[in-house]
Amino acid sequence: MAETADFPGLSSSVSGLREWGDRLRRSSEFIVIPVLALFVSGILFSVFLLALGKSPADFFSLVWRGGFGTSFSWQNTLVRSAPLILTALCVAIPARLGLVIIGGEGALVLGGFGAAAIAIPMVPWAPTPVLLGVMALASIVCGGIWIGLVGALRHYRGVNETISSLLLFYIAVSILNFFVEGALRDPSDPNKPSTMPIGRDNMIGMIPGTDVHWGLVVGIVLCVLLYLLMNRTTFGFAARITGGNLRAAQAQGLPVGRLMLVSCAIAGACAGLAGFLEVAAIHGKANASLIAGYGFTGILVSFLARHNPLVIVPVAVFLGGIAASGGLVQRRMDLPDATVLVLQGLIFLVILVSETFYGRLPFYRSKGEIS
Amino acid sequence: MSKFDLSRRSLLQSSAAGLAVLSTTGLSRLAHAGNLTVGIVYVGPRDDFGWNQAHAVAAASLKDVPGVTVVEEESVPETIAVQKSMESMINLDGAGLIFATSFGYYKPFVLDLAAKYPDVEFRHAAPLWTEADPKNAGSYFGYLDQAHYVDGVAAGLSTKSNKLGFVAAKPIGTVLRNINSFLIGARKVNPDATVQVIFTGEWSMPVREAEAANALVDAGCDVLTCHVDGPKVVIETAENRGIKCCGHNASQAPLAPKGFITGAEYKWATIYKMFANDVAEGQALPNFTGGGFDVDFVQNTPYGAGASEAAIAAADAARADVKAGKPIFTGPINKQDGSVLLSAGQSLDNYEPSLDQTDYLIEGVTGSIT
Amino acid sequence: MNDEAGLATVLLAMFAGAIRVSTPFLFVSLGETLTEKSGRINLGLEGTLVFGAMSGYAISYHTGSPWFGVLVAGLGGTVFGAIHGYLCKLPRVNDIAIGIALMLFGTGIAFFFGKAYIQPQAPRLPSISFGFWAENPSVRQALEINPLFLIGLFLAIFLWWGLKNTRWGLVVRTTGDSAPAALALGIDVDRVRLLSTMAGGFFAGVGGSFLSLYYPGSWTEGLSSGQGLMAVALVIFARWNPLYCFAAALLFGAAGALGPALQSIGISRGYHFFNAAPYIMTLLIMIASVSPKRSLKGAPGELSITK
Repeated sequence: MAETADFPGLSSSVSGLREWGDRLRRSSEFIVIPVLALFVSGILFSVFLLALGKSPADFFSLVWRGGFGTSFSWQNTLVRSAPLILTALCVAIPARLGLVIIGGEGALVLGGFGAAAIAIPMVPWAPTPVLLGVMALASIVCGGIWIGLVGALRHYRGVNETISSLLLFYIAVSILNFFVEGALRDPSDPNKPSTMPIGRDNMIGMIPGTDVHWGLVVGIVLCVLLYLLMNRTTFGFAARITGGNLRAAQAQGLPVGRLMLVSCAIAGACAGLAGFLEVAAIHGKANASLIAGYGFTGILVSFLARHNPLVIVPVAVFLGGIAASGGLVQRRMDLPDATVLVLQGLIFLVILVSETFYGRLPFYRSKGEIS
Repeated sequence: MSKFDLSRRSLLQSSAAGLAVLSTTGLSRLAHAGNLTVGIVYVGPRDDFGWNQAHAVAAASLKDVPGVTVVEEESVPETIAVQKSMESMINLDGAGLIFATSFGYYKPFVLDLAAKYPDVEFRHAAPLWTEADPKNAGSYFGYLDQAHYVDGVAAGLSTKSNKLGFVAAKPIGTVLRNINSFLIGARKVNPDATVQVIFTGEWSMPVREAEAANALVDAGCDVLTCHVDGPKVVIETAENRGIKCCGHNASQAPLAPKGFITGAEYKWATIYKMFANDVAEGQALPNFTGGGFDVDFVQNTPYGAGASEAAIAAADAARADVKAGKPIFTGPINKQDGSVLLSAGQSLDNYEPSLDQTDYLIEGVTGSIT
Repeated sequence: MNDEAGLATVLLAMFAGAIRVSTPFLFVSLGETLTEKSGRINLGLEGTLVFGAMSGYAISYHTGSPWFGVLVAGLGGTVFGAIHGYLCKLPRVNDIAIGIALMLFGTGIAFFFGKAYIQPQAPRLPSISFGFWAENPSVRQALEINPLFLIGLFLAIFLWWGLKNTRWGLVVRTTGDSAPAALALGIDVDRVRLLSTMAGGFFAGVGGSFLSLYYPGSWTEGLSSGQGLMAVALVIFARWNPLYCFAAALLFGAAGALGPALQSIGISRGYHFFNAAPYIMTLLIMIASVSPKRSLKGAPGELSITK
């Protein structure tokens, strides 16, 4: 399993100015290396563009403009990153126990579906806060059960969690389609099979002054909470021990099964909540548009953030920015949609490879301790 | 009397040119089309040899209009992404007219943006706009079921087993309507014909489409057609199995040199050229543009080697009838569950709005929607 | 149609589907078995598969030789395998994450350069008719077998035998079970893993070319729909045994044919679940057959995903 780096500057034991300077030096490594990696991947991608006869300068200025350059672009970026934060958490939390979950998309789909389904009988009478509260709860339960099932299968039956979560994704999609095109289909909309809409007035609004819905805030708050859970509580400590060495954890009498179950359920709840937000803030109903690949992109976000909940936020924003600028690049430079895939793949490869340089660059070559 | 007091149906019947509801507002930017940026959004790749390519090729006519810049974005999913892509076109490219070419873009995304940007015109490729919707939004659509009906006529005379196969993506209104029209066409010339439908559940899933085509042939079907994004696989499989086929979306004639009968194609070029002219002349685009053979919005692929003399003659006659406004849906027609859709003597106009809302298959079609 | 004829149709369709659909799963899972036996996991084979499908089709279109397309697809896969194998030997680099990045990269490159090949028709791979004796055209059709399927079958047997009985088999297994032990025996662990990953990439590329050059037999961006990823998962299902991989691929192909076949005889209510049959079935079999008490038999000890 990937080694999880402690977030620099937050752990305790700071004493003495020299030590502090040393820490700062080492902490800066976590900025310098990714920036260098971005730079290198930029150069590699420029070579690709030059080979195609396109201008790298145009490309990167468009990426900047489309993703971060204007206030509209920033909001575009943030909207796109909101679901990624939550689906990345669905990977990051079980990863601390050494579980590789790749089926978060399934929990998102079912979470969204559960939220929309429970809303149908409630819409006529329930006040908005009650409705949204129940919907959110339903999505947490659906998503939690779905990935919780993955944890349970792993613990009680020894079924590999990677494969079972992938299988359950396909099954979740068939459940969604079965109901959305069948029993729960809104008869008034035959051309896009969906559940009954929850109604415009019941939908989650925007953060005041922006075009970004509250889902972003939900995601960030959850990241902080889960960071604290994994790094500041006994539960998190036990989980990390289990992730480090399962057999040792068992030998110490840690409740490995319960840890797995709870972590997976929390993970699923996060992805389920992402589904709820898609329904309650964007679509207003559940339909096949829930299967948009956020769950799969979340895997990448989590691995890039090395499963650290606090790092997930900037990584998701970065990814959202690339997605947001992809359109502008297509439109202005006449490049196909796949350009962004190539760029993303390249950036991720280089960033992942850059991890090998921690502690090995001349400036950072360690004189003292290395954890 | 304002145009909007008319129901769409009466309007359709009164309008010789298919149907066109003119926008009375908006187009302030279009009116002086000195410099107009047109944005086009596609749900898949522009060269998918299917739905998106058909739009992209046709929409190219807009690029020839002086003073018009066309910006295009492909593979935009039906999520918040499409809203942001369109907004990005408006905010960063200065687009004044946007074509959204996928069904799921309309509600809520096109509607939301039309309300938010009243100066920008939005046109969406599906018959979804109603008079309750913003006046700077609109729909354009070709009624492809007319062409599938003609396909059905040709297929009905081409089958020996009387079993026709239909590979369909999802049980949505337009798809169901095409299946029904295909069977009605076949039954017009061959009362024993039945249609066996297989839903793949996805717009594009080549392996399952091939499996479905094979399963239909194994079940005795000897003519295949389909409604999926890229019909290439179904047509090639049919040819490979030595049976006949009818195409969809674009010409697949070269893919089946032996068994190709004819196909149902949109003719988006007519519509986009119309829009291009309107834009060039600074005229308002209609809110609702739709039609079939009568206005050259749909067509049949030129007959292939699989079409017999009799099939060609019957299909040509059927097309002439539809073009002249003769209804496809004429009773008696029952729904699959046995309930009566139309009793003898009744008929539905080819542009009857309730047909846009088709949520049933008719008797003679085997296969369930759910 | 009466029940008996209907059942016969479905069974025949599943049999035919097993032969038609299984080959890409078989090649990818055999390649991944070899890679994982050496102690690495390559989730990127989905990207390799897609790239193989595109490059095989493109080469077949330009040269007129589908077999040359298969070869180039394999070589392309080898390059992706080499990238994975080389990068993962660097310290602190996570093989799962690199695999996901390569999945994206391979798919992106394939889509980028594949645009021009969606519409044209490339020469396809031939098939061998084993059904000449049959009267029923459906049976005859079911027994149209592509040589790659047979090659895959022999490859499975060969790998199964070779991993057990040959020197290189022992070297790969030792490397996968315990890198320190392998080092102690003087084995160059990184090199073994690099070569195993490259071979795995080759097979995955060939599996992709089957998709575009034989069944369904054309190149589109939706061609794979996750088959490469699923095949990697099937390796765990098949417990790293090449013969089980063969069985799993057949089973998966047969179950995939179930949905369309049932609809073709008029059983279509709930077709979404029939279409998901391969996944439901795999999950149920895993739940029934795996036990927490038994350690994963055949699992390479060094594998990050089973540690």
